[in-house]
Amino acid sequence: MVQFAWLIPMFPLLGFLLIGLLNKRLPVSLSGGIATLMVFLSFVVSAVIFREVAQDGSVPERVVLFDWISVGDLSIPFSFLIDRLSVIMLMVVTGVGSLIHLYSIGYMHHEQDHPRYFSYLNLFVFFMLLLVLGSNYIVMFVGWEGVGLCSYLLIGFWFKNIDYCNAAKKAFIMNRIGDLGLLLGVLLIYNTFGSFGFREVFEAARNFPENSEAVTAICLLLFVGAMGKSAQIPLYTWLPDAMAGPTPVSALIHAATMVTAGIYMVVRSNVLYVLSPGASEIVALVGLATAFFAATIGLKQNDIKKVLAYSTVSQLGYMFVALGVGAYQTALFHVITHAFFKALLFLGAGSVIHAMSGEQDLRRMGGLKKVLPITHATFLIGTLAIAGLPPFAGFFSKDEILAKVWEHSPIMFFVLAVTSVLTAVYMLRLYWLTFYGEFRGTQHQKQHLHESPATMTIPLVVLAVLSTIGGFIGMPEVFHTPHYLNEFLAPVMWKVNHHSASETFEFLLMGISLALLLIIMFATYNTYVIKNVMPEENDKDLQGFAKLVANKYYVDEIYEALITKPLNGISSFVYKFIDQGFIDKLVNGTGTSLNGLSGVLRFVQTGNIGGYIFSMVIGIIVILVLTMIL
Amino acid sequence: MNPSLPFFVLATLSVFSALMVVLSRKPVHSVLYLIFCFFTIGGHYLLLNAQFLFAVHIIVYAGAIMVLFLFTLMFINMNKELEPHKSNLLKGAATIAAGCLLLVLVAITKGAETLPAISKSSDIGTVSNLGKALYGQYLLPFELISILLLTAMVGAVMLGKKDVE
Amino acid sequence: MNSILQVIPLNYYVALAAILFSIGVMGVMFRRNAIIVFMCIELMLNAVNMLLTAFSTYHGDASGQVMVFFIMAVAAAEVAVGLAILVMIYNNIRTVDINELNKLKW
Repeated sequence: MVQFAWLIPMFPLLGFLLIGLLNKRLPVSLSGGIATLMVFLSFVVSAVIFREVAQDGSVPERVVLFDWISVGDLSIPFSFLIDRLSVIMLMVVTGVGSLIHLYSIGYMHHEQDHPRYFSYLNLFVFFMLLLVLGSNYIVMFVGWEGVGLCSYLLIGFWFKNIDYCNAAKKAFIMNRIGDLGLLLGVLLIYNTFGSFGFREVFEAARNFPENSEAVTAICLLLFVGAMGKSAQIPLYTWLPDAMAGPTPVSALIHAATMVTAGIYMVVRSNVLYVLSPGASEIVALVGLATAFFAATIGLKQNDIKKVLAYSTVSQLGYMFVALGVGAYQTALFHVITHAFFKALLFLGAGSVIHAMSGEQDLRRMGGLKKVLPITHATFLIGTLAIAGLPPFAGFFSKDEILAKVWEHSPIMFFVLAVTSVLTAVYMLRLYWLTFYGEFRGTQHQKQHLHESPATMTIPLVVLAVLSTIGGFIGMPEVFHTPHYLNEFLAPVMWKVNHHSASETFEFLLMGISLALLLIIMFATYNTYVIKNVMPEENDKDLQGFAKLVANKYYVDEIYEALITKPLNGISSFVYKFIDQGFIDKLVNGTGTSLNGLSGVLRFVQTGNIGGYIFSMVIGIIVILVLTMIL
Repeated sequence: MNPSLPFFVLATLSVFSALMVVLSRKPVHSVLYLIFCFFTIGGHYLLLNAQFLFAVHIIVYAGAIMVLFLFTLMFINMNKELEPHKSNLLKGAATIAAGCLLLVLVAITKGAETLPAISKSSDIGTVSNLGKALYGQYLLPFELISILLLTAMVGAVMLGKKDVE
Repeated sequence: MNSILQVIPLNYYVALAAILFSIGVMGVMFRRNAIIVFMCIELMLNAVNMLLTAFSTYHGDASGQVMVFFIMAVAAAEVAVGLAILVMIYNNIRTVDINELNKLKW
């Protein structure tokens, strides 16, 4: 069955071609159905392969589709690697992907451009599967670039709005910076290890000395790529803006799958990162900073999707901290649980926005609990999962990260713990403001409030279930139950420290986090529901730190001043003086002078036949003389 | 009799008549001199033992082509001198240019005398020999020439018709 | 008649052909009457024909004379079409002066 792995990306590609080419000729309701079916078929094939790999799959299997690039000594096959890491990612991508496709049918119901949306979405899934399945860095890179492209296309789905277009461009350009790093890293890998293939590279790396400069450089360059794709400081600002796209897109691309590509890539290259503790330390620090800063920004955002976006950035930071301290399985664990609960939260937010006729501002919501019962219940589960309440999924993965970080460095643990508290605060603030209190929207919106259709609620319920039980695949050791995920992933990892924190510490950690969470719940309930404290209507009224946070630390403005403005200045200088002043003049001058010369030369054509004959005879004489002489 | 005498007589006559073609004022005189020139060239063909070519030459040139020329002259009634002559400067330039060309041509073909004569057999110009060549080695071009002539005929008729619709 | 080949060297014919050809060229440059220009072109063709025949005979190779035959056929075709064009030109603009035919220019 593993030999049929090519079917997995083939289905979404087929869907993309079918929907994209037939486009408007398809019946309106059909494009969404086809897209969903294709991804679901991929999911089925993935599930079969997953079962097979889980049962006996001891050896990773390489499925070669065809020889892709073959130049001299360099041979890059277009091949897939089926091992325990890729099948897990396959399950997440196709599983969450098909749920979100299903959701999209309901969410995009009122839209005109169905086929375009669904063809892009299918194309995205195709590239994401390529990224996950690729058995060498080049195939992975193709997928990596492809998902970036689809992200661009889908953020700018409503391309008539210039802000959305700019957001799409921002995402694309920021990703490009990261991609350059990744590309350099990949080339350096070839230079160092003489191959692009995962197996060959890691085989060679195992015999490499620790802390060598080449490996550190590779790790850092790869991490630059991960920074761009997974929105880490300093390349994170595109992700909040990417919320311009339709909400299911935010759920699929900018929460569950694409942004975790960076983490997948680091996990895949874990052999290299193990060899370079220095690079790992940098990964951990960047992740930590991102997690903390994004969480503080999330505290003061009033757009429901922006809050979730910063929360995504923050959670991705969490994962990178885990990667940095060498807990690769834990990072992947968090990727999985995060995919569940963040997709759930985004889809829930989408359901709310759908009900509110497109309103995204928290200050206009409130009291939606009664009108949207299913959305409310599932959103609550998502909130509790991300806040880390046992037994929801987020608790286990987050707890495991915290425990691993404690072993590594108590200071980092402390910062991360504060971040986790902040996460709970902003998520509960979001929850209370949305679902409790009085409805604060317009009368018009109030009349339109309605629970979403079944195509939207079914994915919500499924994801809620997954968010609830998803954590049990990785129970902490103190419960003396097997950690399924770690065992499952063991063959893919190399040199992972298995000794965990003491039992007392584990229990203490759980206890403290549980207690803190409960306190936060009551505190935020008190603030936002009982005292009915509303976020300020106008950002200008804010003072001090709050103002700084509400304005996202002015990072966009700083980038604008430090990078965009000077670049624009240089560009306009080059444009005016070098391009227009020199190159254009050179090119146009050639044309103009030729034109002038031809204008002079055309008078040679007199129309006088005698003259022509005369010149012809002269020419013949000259040629004959020349023949004679030479 | 000097055996080379016929050649020199014919050569003198052809050069003289050729010059007269160019220099005659009246077009009809030019045509008549040209006919005479063609006859002298035909004489050269006879001297060169090319009897078949002689016959064809007389029929095609002296017979058909020159009749065409005369007919054309008659059509456009160019009996008397119509053309205003070119300026003397241009005439001089033309003569000098032609002289230069002659000089160069003679100079460049000077090496021809060193070419060895491969065969002195002189019966290749007979009708039977040329017929074998035409219907053997050159059969395809020979047939194609007939198509060319047909096309030319059609073209001439088309052009000659008034107000082609 | 073989005697001619013994008494007249080949380059005499070459010179004669060159002279006739040059006279033709001169005529083409000299005259403005299109019909006479045409005749001069015929003269040039004949010069070449004669040279080909001479070479053919002196070398004992029939190909040269076959070429002359072809040239004659092409010349006949050319004269027929060319003169037809001339008649048409004359019908339209009442002249065959080549200096009047100077519309084909900038």
